Amino acid sequence: MTSLTARIKAAGGRVNDAPSGGRAPGEPSRIGYLYILPAVIIYGLFVFAPFLHSIYLSLFDWDGVSPMEFVGLKNYGAIWTNPIFRSAFVHSLELVFFYTVLPLAIGLVLVSAIQRTRVRGTAFFRTALFIPYVIAPTVIAVIWRWILAPKGPLNSALDAVGLEAISRPWLGDFTFALPSVGMVGTWVMFGLVLALLLAGVQKIPQERYEAARVDGAGRWMEFRAVTLPGLRYEITVVLVLTVTSALRNFDIIYVMTSGGPGYATVVPSYLVYQQAFKVGAVGAAAAMGAVLVILTIVVNLLVARGGRGAS
Amino acid sequence: MTGRADRLWGYGLLVIATIVALAPVVGVLILSLGESGRVGAQIDIANANNWGNFAEVWSKGGFSSSMMTSAVITITVVLVSVCLSVPAGYGFALMSFKGRSWIFYLFVLGILIPIEAMIIPLYFDLRSVNLANSYLGVILPEIGFSVAFGVFWMRAYFIQSARSLVEAAWLDGANSWQTLTRILVPLARPQMLTLSVLFFVWNWNDFLLPLIMLSGSDLQTAPMSLVFFVGQRSTDYAYLAAAAIITITPVIIVFVALQKSFTRGLLAGAVKE
Repeated sequence: MTSLTARIKAAGGRVNDAPSGGRAPGEPSRIGYLYILPAVIIYGLFVFAPFLHSIYLSLFDWDGVSPMEFVGLKNYGAIWTNPIFRSAFVHSLELVFFYTVLPLAIGLVLVSAIQRTRVRGTAFFRTALFIPYVIAPTVIAVIWRWILAPKGPLNSALDAVGLEAISRPWLGDFTFALPSVGMVGTWVMFGLVLALLLAGVQKIPQERYEAARVDGAGRWMEFRAVTLPGLRYEITVVLVLTVTSALRNFDIIYVMTSGGPGYATVVPSYLVYQQAFKVGAVGAAAAMGAVLVILTIVVNLLVARGGRGAS
Repeated sequence: MTGRADRLWGYGLLVIATIVALAPVVGVLILSLGESGRVGAQIDIANANNWGNFAEVWSKGGFSSSMMTSAVITITVVLVSVCLSVPAGYGFALMSFKGRSWIFYLFVLGILIPIEAMIIPLYFDLRSVNLANSYLGVILPEIGFSVAFGVFWMRAYFIQSARSLVEAAWLDGANSWQTLTRILVPLARPQMLTLSVLFFVWNWNDFLLPLIMLSGSDLQTAPMSLVFFVGQRSTDYAYLAAAAIITITPVIIVFVALQKSFTRGLLAGAVKE
């Protein structure tokens, strides 16, 4: 909690100082509760309470119908020992490469090439680049199921240029299914990343680049000394958004592969659904949900720390 | 390198990136006008004129009712969430009361809790009070998630921009409600608009929560109709593409009309999670 306090302070927030004693004249300070109450009740009843309940369920063996049996941390142990459960979390980390590392690398390369251009028509480019990110993931899945289909546009394009050897049923291939789904994530994210980095790079004062050039900095030094530090804030945003999406991609997996072929593309959020509502292993599913929360929080704290540490 | 060459090079890359981002969507748009039932998945620009596909899909895919369901759910969630986020953000930002900090921390946690981590008990609990399989079973949890972000976002804004104003209003003898309705709400219009756009996009697109909460009813949201349609006609690409286009149209309209608000929201809000 202390680190969270520090983060809020670092972000310009104040944790505990309200103006004028924090109340209007003649009103008790308790009146603050009235303003937060409606939001607190709905959040508490429909998000926070079920979350705590889920952690409680994770300590039991339960099929959703029969009596529950307390098993302690067994369900958490199963995430490690059950090869399918474990592979789901490994897949998640592989997807972070496709959702975060690859788009960020592409974005940084492009932005350092574009950085000297004062782009006109920014609003148009930004809108276009954001489109993949605002489209419903279910729709994205439908689009890419088509593109990657055995007789879809990708394979015909490969055949047309004489690369028949490469074309294959991408989503049915044990080796290529996960990278294929990952590349969809790269497509969704790279526009967002580029648009955010472009917005950031335009705010870097031109004098810094001139100063770097006067000092005889080449392109690479200029990138490292000026562009990268100037984009620290935007990179933090990008990391938070993309990693969170990489860890929660239920919709795309559900529509594109249902975790298959075999278990080649299972991810934790798909397993939570499948185990709880199809298999009837409610406790195991709840444990996976809890681990997913812990992963999300840890990653966000790491990103926040990195964002501060670089300053 | 000359400035002119740099410029061309920069624009060239940007144009290529934009084409890569848009090509699959444009491809689906052309595909949606193709001849239904034709074997294969190739687009045929010359014959992309089957506008009747949309009418067919609208009735066969159940979109006539699911688009309505999605609209009712999304608009309700957007309006209620904004109306709850603003006063709560005000309370957390500018009023002092016992437990303020830790209640706020529990709210922040809500931004980080994925739906997957609470959907199981939520379903069983709401079913036992007869709220599952109804509009409210989707709307109430969606509002819960939305206000977690909304309170966080409005609080940050009020702390940054409204402290001295509020202080002055209170010194002048305005009560806390007058300060909110007469000063803060008019001031925060742009922030409220940003929040509305974000809520609209997130809630329209959401799939997992309605999939589970409405699993025992005839109610469907638009993304659900799309996915069920995929299950029924997995290779009728023209129809699937038309269904995909129907599903995204409201979000695209809202986004293109208000894209400035959306970008600002992502840049300003996300990092403070």
